[in-house]
Amino acid sequence: MASSSNSYNSPCAACKFLRRKCMPGCIFAPYFPPEEPHKFANVHKIFGASNVTKLLNELLPHQREDAVNSLAYEAEARVRDPVYGCVGAISYLQRQVHRLQKELDAANADLAHYGLSTSAAGAPGNVVDLVFQPQPLPSQQLPPLNPVYRLSGASPVMNQMPRGTGGSYGTFLPWNNGHDQQGGNM
Amino acid sequence: MASSSTNSPCAACKFLRRKCQPECVFAPYFPPDQPQKFANVHKVFGASNVTKLLNELHPSQREDAVNSLAYEADMRLRDPVYGCVGVISLLQHQLRQLQIDLSCAKSELSKYQSLGILAATHQSLGINLLAGAADGTATAVRDHYHHHQFFPREQMFGGLDVPAGNNYDGGILAIGQITQFQQPRAAAGDDGRRTVDPS
Repeated sequence: MASSSNSYNSPCAACKFLRRKCMPGCIFAPYFPPEEPHKFANVHKIFGASNVTKLLNELLPHQREDAVNSLAYEAEARVRDPVYGCVGAISYLQRQVHRLQKELDAANADLAHYGLSTSAAGAPGNVVDLVFQPQPLPSQQLPPLNPVYRLSGASPVMNQMPRGTGGSYGTFLPWNNGHDQQGGNM
Repeated sequence: MASSSTNSPCAACKFLRRKCQPECVFAPYFPPDQPQKFANVHKVFGASNVTKLLNELHPSQREDAVNSLAYEADMRLRDPVYGCVGVISLLQHQLRQLQIDLSCAKSELSKYQSLGILAATHQSLGINLLAGAADGTATAVRDHYHHHQFFPREQMFGGLDVPAGNNYDGGILAIGQITQFQQPRAAAGDDGRRTVDPS
């Protein structure tokens, strides 16, 4: 119905960009409203309209909105950073997770040491047994995911990203963990 | 590159069924032994889009760009709905959980440090309590009182033994003492005199 309405009033952002008639069954219309032209422009530049059409046709209708939003997010990241795209955000987050994991392990070690020290000091009534079981960090390889969590629309990660145009991510990029075996042919 | 052209085409040109030219922009990054890498990138991004993207970059940046594109393509094919955004969401969730756990651990550590200070204070108070103890002996007043009771009897006997020279003064003193002596016994005067006569 929305697409039909768009057909009479104005074409969706995709058909407007592609300079074509927005048909009632347009697969883009529900997700690229006319007032968000940049959203489609980014997706088109990075992924291409035909690739997105094929991708959306392979999904169930109730999955398409999330797929379009994630594609738009990745496309915007790629336009902002043509070298690393959203992989820059991933490597940044991985470093943060790794850093906090080390801090948590150190704090738990201090707690364990303090617990033994307190017992030795002869204050049995005040001994509290604490059990911290931090989840292991999947640093070896990122598994395939179907997460329940949704990204907030404000894109906080992009705002936090350090703007190092050089090889600032070189040592922490995900494919350096053996995810991709690259062979330098130069 | 020339050797690549003469030996075999790169994975991209092989996939696209075209001749691999010496200036092929894909050849340095898609070697023939990694066909899946290009297949993924091509399916998600399209060869023409990648060509345009790489041509806009400085050659020193292209390797990282290709590897990040390959990573994103791999993630998109694994999860067509969320792609890399799923990875980002998971990492953000892990980050928040670690922040909560770290905050709890630090709070617990500060409690332990406070307990340590309290234990030291308690120990100090214990020492003060022990130091405050004092040893003393009770004073017996009865011994002095007993000694005091014994003294009047000596005076009484001494008064009776005084010769006649001081009879008047001695008599007065003796009478006073006898009077005092009779009152506690509550006996008759005759009985008192009889007791005195034999001695």
